[in-house]
Amino acid sequence: VPRLQRLPRCVYRLRKVDCCIFSDAFWDQLLKPFFTFAAPSRFYALTNKLLPWLWVTAILFALAGLYLGFLVAPTDATQGEAYRIIFIHVPAAWMSMLLYVVMAGWAVIGWAFNARLASMVARAIAPTGAMFTFLALWSGALWGKPTWGAWWVWDARLTSELILLFLYVGYMALTESIDDVRRADHAGALLALVGAVNVPIIYFSVRWWNTLHQGATISMSAAPKMADTMLNAMLLMTVACWAYAFAVVFQRTRAIVLEREAHTEWALALGSTMAKVAKVRS
Amino acid sequence: MRWTSLGDFMAMGGYGLYVWGSYALALAFMLIEPWLASRRHQRAARALDQTNSQD
Repeated sequence: VPRLQRLPRCVYRLRKVDCCIFSDAFWDQLLKPFFTFAAPSRFYALTNKLLPWLWVTAILFALAGLYLGFLVAPTDATQGEAYRIIFIHVPAAWMSMLLYVVMAGWAVIGWAFNARLASMVARAIAPTGAMFTFLALWSGALWGKPTWGAWWVWDARLTSELILLFLYVGYMALTESIDDVRRADHAGALLALVGAVNVPIIYFSVRWWNTLHQGATISMSAAPKMADTMLNAMLLMTVACWAYAFAVVFQRTRAIVLEREAHTEWALALGSTMAKVAKVRS
Repeated sequence: MRWTSLGDFMAMGGYGLYVWGSYALALAFMLIEPWLASRRHQRAARALDQTNSQD
């Protein structure tokens, strides 16, 4: 198959424009080696070494964040102790949005450049993103009840976050329902790309609409409105969530790599070594 | 530290159920999800072993 035919038509059209980014030389010398380097076999070997460090990072930062958040940070003047939900709520909400953007990005790269690993990573991110979205909604409901008097209100921030959960679930349902994995990847990429418009809506919802939800916890333009210990606890928890997300997404991608690459030579060679490891253990 | 006893800590100034309810689900999710992911990985590895032994 000629290389051009595998690319989406819009990319092909762009290549006709005399532009270095879309020239054959650029493609052959720069992009192609990059995606070869991102081969599933290399990813598999690299993440095997990375995973223990990611888990250690996640646990240590979570312990530090919880220590600071529960034992050092003072009581909130207006919300009492209920505010301590913030240390899980805000990191979870941030992760839910960030992971969606990363998922859509890898899905589109996998589609546009026919990069297998990128599509596998996108598929691996979805359950973790959905988990963080549900956690943000759940902890938000448990925070809303004592402070607003309601578990749920149909306000812009909450509704757009709920739509994010539906987008994750829809992405997983769509990709799992198509048997041909590459076609499933492509259909999922389209859905993820269209749904990405929801992320800025969530982020700016507290500014665009008059909502019950409080404004941004941290913004680039203003000094933080919270005590240093509270802020530091939240940031430590955020780092923990990042490390957790990397670890669990890598772990799931490794499973997907093995499932999809089972027929390849490198995977078969790996399989024999795994059998040996399993025998030694048992 | 502002807590006088473990009971005081667990009560969270009357918001115990809300605060601990949030963290309990987070903990449960973050234990179950890695477990599911590693189980999927082990299954894929086992399937690979079977194809190998058939060859």
